[in-house]
Amino acid sequence: MTRVSPREAPRAFRGADGASVIERTNVEVPEAASGTPVVLSLTDAELRRGERVLWSGLDLELRRGEFVAVLGPNGSGKTSLLHAVLGRLPLSAGSLLIDGRPPRRGSRLIGYIPQRRAVAPHVPLRARDLVRLGVDGHRWGPPLGGRGPRRRIDELLTEVGAHAYADVPLGLLSGGEQQRVRIAQALVTDPAILLCDEPLLSLDPHHQNAIVDLLDRRRRAHGTAVLFVTHELNPVLPLADRVLYLAGGRFRVGTPDEVMTSAVLSELYGGRVEVIRADGRYLVAGAPVPYHPDPAGGVRS
Amino acid sequence: MSGGIWDQIFNYDDYGQVLALVANSIVAAAVLGVVGGLISTFVLMRDLAFAVHGIAELSFAGAAAALLLGVNVVAGSLAGSVLAAAVIGVLGVRARDRNSAIGVLMPFGLGLGVLFLSLYKGRAANKFGLLTGQIVAVDTPQTAWLIGVSVVVLLVLAVVWRPLTFASLDPDVAAARGVPVRALSPVFTLVLGLAVATTIQIVGALLVLALVVTPAAAATRVTASPRLIPLLSVVFAVVSVVGGILIAVGGGIPISPYVTTIAFVIYLACRAVGAVRARNGWARRPPAVVAG
Repeated sequence: MTRVSPREAPRAFRGADGASVIERTNVEVPEAASGTPVVLSLTDAELRRGERVLWSGLDLELRRGEFVAVLGPNGSGKTSLLHAVLGRLPLSAGSLLIDGRPPRRGSRLIGYIPQRRAVAPHVPLRARDLVRLGVDGHRWGPPLGGRGPRRRIDELLTEVGAHAYADVPLGLLSGGEQQRVRIAQALVTDPAILLCDEPLLSLDPHHQNAIVDLLDRRRRAHGTAVLFVTHELNPVLPLADRVLYLAGGRFRVGTPDEVMTSAVLSELYGGRVEVIRADGRYLVAGAPVPYHPDPAGGVRS
Repeated sequence: MSGGIWDQIFNYDDYGQVLALVANSIVAAAVLGVVGGLISTFVLMRDLAFAVHGIAELSFAGAAAALLLGVNVVAGSLAGSVLAAAVIGVLGVRARDRNSAIGVLMPFGLGLGVLFLSLYKGRAANKFGLLTGQIVAVDTPQTAWLIGVSVVVLLVLAVVWRPLTFASLDPDVAAARGVPVRALSPVFTLVLGLAVATTIQIVGALLVLALVVTPAAAATRVTASPRLIPLLSVVFAVVSVVGGILIAVGGGIPISPYVTTIAFVIYLACRAVGAVRARNGWARRPPAVVAG
């Protein structure tokens, strides 16, 4: 059963730290129309880990400013999809193009928010240092001074509402605060695509909504496309343009209303799955756990 | 307690003349302090304190073998260290495997070392010095070795500083940003091996941790700044080792108790400062009080 959290209607609210007010304004949503440039395209893509086919025959186009939620059970290849886009896992078949080119490691076109790990309280890293690593951490040679990066880091931390705790060690920040800093780090290269791996994990509903809103504002203001892997349906589905649902080597792409139905999910899981919609919230019941992937895989639904 | 013991621990008759004799050792110690202080920041980031201990024991075995064979002790120590670093690198890519691999390696190295020392018929002070540190053993050709290896370590650290920091603290994003996270791991273990092998010549195999772990552990208690930590760490390491030598030259016992005690006192002081700082809130957070 998928955890359900109350859906926040678009309105202003204040973060727990009292630092930021987030307002979902009625900016024009970039339509995923054919005129909007494609930043990521997967064509007949297949990914294997050893003998297992995670998914195959996957066609997906991510357009500028588009928000696509990637849903599915554990082990269905959601994180692997992000790794493929990062150029860390080669496709076993098909093609993957980022801005028309094959993926490569360290591309400035991609911002990445990895799955959260626990940060020990004495890790020698403040919020601004984590962002700094994103700016020049990959460069060789000793760290030399320079005012340029510092100003850029301040701007980014302000944008995500994390400037108040820029000098606080990461291990002393709450989960929601750490995620804001992570977002700032992912935005240092002003990427075309933002890959988010479970950024809502172990956050309370209030902070989940704050993080989702932050990403939503970013894509509206800057046209950053967002590929958002999550188990949390309800904070994300109201603003996701489309959903990619992966299960059992099968997948389904469509608007939330098209994909989140009992018929579609039952077909994907190969068993009876009930999708209950109430008051704009989704509840998925009866998804088979533990889940046994279909070794043949790749059945397009 | 009799005055005889205190005379052994602290004795400053003819201090000036003794000091002149150990001038080389002090220079070497200061360089090792810089190396130890810098490398300890990465040992802490990568959680490699136990690996340091493991490398030290094999390095000791190498040095003991060199002593027995009558070849350069620093070279023997380096060979042991590099071997240990390679084995740890191969056996323990993951943190969990690594610790058990080191736990297996360490007693074997120590056992080999004891074997070689038992077979060695030379001066007893040479044997003891490898385990607990010494000053007299650092003569001029050895000092040149120590400084040479230290310079190599410092150069490599300077080149890999930022990617190594990224890979150590934030490996997922580092890999995504194109940092060769996997390749950096053996590079660092090798550099760590070199640093440990040189540090052993002064503080001995058993007490290497005082120079390769304690300084940064103390520094991270008082600051989280990536600039201040290495700086403080170097200051702490140099003060420990040079201070240890300056006090030790008067007495008749090895240098390591002095070095480790100074390092430990610094660590305690930093913990105290850190505790006060944590109680007052690590850093001011707005909504801040508007200054009146």
